[in-house]
Amino acid sequence: MFEFKKTTLHQKKRMALRVWVAGVFALLCFGGLVARLWYLQVDRYEGLAARADQNRIAVVPIPPRRGEILDRNGVVLARNYRDYTLEVVPAHVKDMDRMLDELSQLVYISPYQRRRFMLALNQSGRYARIMLRNNLNELEASWFAAHAYKFPGVELKARWVREYPEGESAAHVLGYVGRLSEQDMARLDEDGQLGNYRGTISIGKKGIEKTWEEALHGRTGVEEVEVTASGRPVRTLHRTDPVPGSDLVLSLDIGLQKVAEEQFKGKRGALVAIDPKTGEVLAFVSAPSFDPNLFTDGIDVDSWRELNESPDHPLINRPLYGTYPIGSTYKPFVALAALELGKRTATERIADPGYFELGGQRFRNAAGAVYGPTDLHKALVVSSDTYFFSLGPEIGVNALHDFSKQFGFGQITGIDLDGERRGVLPSTEWKRHAYKKPEQQRWYAGETVSVAVGQGYNAFTLLQLAQATSVLANGGVYMKPHLVSTVEDPRTGEAVRTVTRPSYTIKLKPEHLKSVRDAMVDVLRSGTARRAFAGATYQAAGKTGTAQVYSLRGARYRANEVDERLRDHALFMAYAPVENPRIALALIVENGGWGATVAAPIARKVFDYWLAPGRTPAAQAGEPAHPAAPDAPAEVGESPDAALRPEDAPPEEMPADAAYADAPGVGTPGAPSGRRR
Amino acid sequence: MKRLLQWAATVLLAFDWPLLAILLLMALLGMTVMHSAVGGTDWRFADQGRNFLLALGAMWIVALIPPPRLMRLAPWFYALGVVLLLGVEFFGQTSKGATRWLDLGFGRIQPSEMLKIAVPMMLAWYFHRHQGKIGFLDFIVAGVLLLIPFALIVMQPDLGTALLVFGAGFCVIYFGGLSFRLLVPIGLALALAVGTVTYYEDQICQPGVDWVVLHDYQKHRVCTLLNPGSDPLGKGFHTIQSMIAIGSGGVYGKGYMQGTQSHLDFIPERTTDFIFAVYAEEFGLYGGIMLLVLYGLLVLRGLTIALRAHTQFGRLLAGSMAMMFFVYVFVNVGMVTGVLPVVGVPLPFMSYGGTALLTLGIACGILMSIGRYRPVRR
Repeated sequence: MFEFKKTTLHQKKRMALRVWVAGVFALLCFGGLVARLWYLQVDRYEGLAARADQNRIAVVPIPPRRGEILDRNGVVLARNYRDYTLEVVPAHVKDMDRMLDELSQLVYISPYQRRRFMLALNQSGRYARIMLRNNLNELEASWFAAHAYKFPGVELKARWVREYPEGESAAHVLGYVGRLSEQDMARLDEDGQLGNYRGTISIGKKGIEKTWEEALHGRTGVEEVEVTASGRPVRTLHRTDPVPGSDLVLSLDIGLQKVAEEQFKGKRGALVAIDPKTGEVLAFVSAPSFDPNLFTDGIDVDSWRELNESPDHPLINRPLYGTYPIGSTYKPFVALAALELGKRTATERIADPGYFELGGQRFRNAAGAVYGPTDLHKALVVSSDTYFFSLGPEIGVNALHDFSKQFGFGQITGIDLDGERRGVLPSTEWKRHAYKKPEQQRWYAGETVSVAVGQGYNAFTLLQLAQATSVLANGGVYMKPHLVSTVEDPRTGEAVRTVTRPSYTIKLKPEHLKSVRDAMVDVLRSGTARRAFAGATYQAAGKTGTAQVYSLRGARYRANEVDERLRDHALFMAYAPVENPRIALALIVENGGWGATVAAPIARKVFDYWLAPGRTPAAQAGEPAHPAAPDAPAEVGESPDAALRPEDAPPEEMPADAAYADAPGVGTPGAPSGRRR
Repeated sequence: MKRLLQWAATVLLAFDWPLLAILLLMALLGMTVMHSAVGGTDWRFADQGRNFLLALGAMWIVALIPPPRLMRLAPWFYALGVVLLLGVEFFGQTSKGATRWLDLGFGRIQPSEMLKIAVPMMLAWYFHRHQGKIGFLDFIVAGVLLLIPFALIVMQPDLGTALLVFGAGFCVIYFGGLSFRLLVPIGLALALAVGTVTYYEDQICQPGVDWVVLHDYQKHRVCTLLNPGSDPLGKGFHTIQSMIAIGSGGVYGKGYMQGTQSHLDFIPERTTDFIFAVYAEEFGLYGGIMLLVLYGLLVLRGLTIALRAHTQFGRLLAGSMAMMFFVYVFVNVGMVTGVLPVVGVPLPFMSYGGTALLTLGIACGILMSIGRYRPVRR
């Protein structure tokens, strides 16, 4: 390559001169620095040391009050309470043991608290603040305040602590706050937000608390105070008040939420109810739930283990994170696709001999039923699989994909909660990307058949099904689903609405919508769910579904003979009232068995509560139906909304769970295949 | 077997022992001060320990690469650095108002840090290739090679790093033979300009005056340096507080872990750029002089290696690396003691920060590699 040329003497000499000059220059500069140090530390020592002694202007951050979270009727779901604590700065305490002994005569300090304090003492610096006691009551606090002068180095502090008065109710919506961790700090530092979190001890970790962290937190204030040599404040020199965090009004109705949660007692499952006109989420159930209050001050090891290792996975947000093959509840959308794409008319009849044959393979109806001549209406009402099996190859998987995509199946809905999963809306292109081996990448005609009845590769979140139902109820107008409807500034009372106009409208023919809707009405009147909806005072439309968890390979399915965890999932989707829908929902009871007997009655209870004659539609909401009323408050567009939710970032601390793994199993796609073994 | 032993000896004895001894002393001192600066046990303390080990590892590896190979890598390294800087310009991540980071999918890097090594390598490569026939045009080319990355880093904006890159590159040009007849007048002009700015501080620091080349916050820094009292609780706070901390340390210092100013949170950025204030408060004038002597030895050792190097490339690069340490220390201590404006330059081997330490480790590795190398005579 390059020859290293022999250095000439001349070059070396010239270099030597320059090195000498540089060296002398560097040493002279260092000499200058020494002179500067001498000037500061010797000549100006007295003055600066004196200033250091008086230099007791401490800059104290004043953490803001975190915004409250309210339900749509103003019921408080997350609030803060004042907690008094005692903190100790070891450097200012002369005799630690004596101080503790004297202090415990004033304020109760348990042996455990004392041990914990001594442990922290050994691990922290001399100027660190170490918490000795929290939860002082008013009496203890005032006692200490009166005797504070006897305890230099001990400070009475007040802090805000988060509280969730409704406990387990809506825990997956609210999420929780937890102690600011090192990772949180590093992230805040990157965002240039660390300064704003000085003095703040907790941060949103999950749910609304996390996704709306920026709005909830507020702006930290600053107080410049003169302090004595021991750090006790004497007077305030300057103060910038903190700006409290915004209050969030949810679209959730806690009454409805509790009615729904009540139905899931002892079951595993999920329910999402949406107001189709606005996209407001009215109820959002993930069962079983957990108590977010456990997390606010750092969860203890035992509780964490119990929650994290429970086979029921209470920490998982099922409507967002569980992906299921939604079974027959997919059929109304397939029917609509067939009509819209002109593949079959509503009146066209096909023969249902109990099975559909394709390439020598027979696809059978559930429970061996034979329905005879079947049109679209009957197919939906009795839930004929054969009818929809036959539609599959006619529509084709890609056309079905393009149609269903508009309803949000297999798409991120963009709801303001973290940890949402996309699921799988199969297409030939999807399969090419999802698999490595060429023979697996090929799409087989038979696969389209099972896709058309909501089985096969389909894997949707329950939120997607609820949203699709809502869009269907709303005649194809897509309102983005959201939980926070209004952001309120607690000082000015200024309220900003989050979603005010539709994202887009799916072009659908009214007569096609009517055919599907009429069939869905009859499902509840005379079809599979008639028993659950007998005697309802309103007219609802819906569809039951049962999703296979375990394929029994030819053997007949008998619920009571199968292990509970391998039983089918019971599903239901519905909306009501038909003429003017005010609620649309989807729900799943995991391993519940039949959709008609297990899932539909839950929907009935929820509808009954929401549509009870006493509740007038105006009183429930008072929000303008779309399009937004002219006097509607300022709108928060897509961008600030998106800025609050780092969607692409993987949710931190997501409980790892094989049962909810992303890749659909080949044998029983999307089902919790991990449980098979 | 004998060859294996020989190889093992080369690998293990890749170090330049005087340099290594200075470095280990500095690392020890750095960790000691860090322990006090973070206020006892803290994750940054452990982190810094890990950073030191990584830097030592990088130094060792680089020390094993013979200079000819380094030289062959130089243009590629430089090109990669400039491309990444352009990437930052267009796709970079912004934090605290400056765009310095580039997300590569598997991790984030700060390309400007890499240029601290790449620019002097490139320039040394250039001068080596044209040695013996260096003319005026070559200095123009070298100037352009230096100014491209410099301008890109200034635009981020990151004045501290830009200054270091410029310093390192300029040293190569200087050692490469830039005429003193040119240098002396420029130096004088600069001194005159600084004097003028200091003298007319009152007028040019008025809010309305636009400084064209510098960002507002940079102007503010210069102005608060000239008169820290003008903004005692805002930006001047840093300088005043660190001067008070240093001064109150006196001749003997307040004692290890006893610095009140640092522990009462008066010193900002006390684990990073302002760590010297913590050190000087606790160890006093003696400590400060001792530290500067250590740095002086480091620079002199580097210059010695440059003097003894056998190739032009080695001489220029080693000289530049040695002087880079000098610039680091001078700018940092100068800013903490209030004689230079506050620019984000860390104190080598003392300030917290993994990337900066890694760069320093690589610089030391290059010095060792050059120091060890004897070209095969033909």
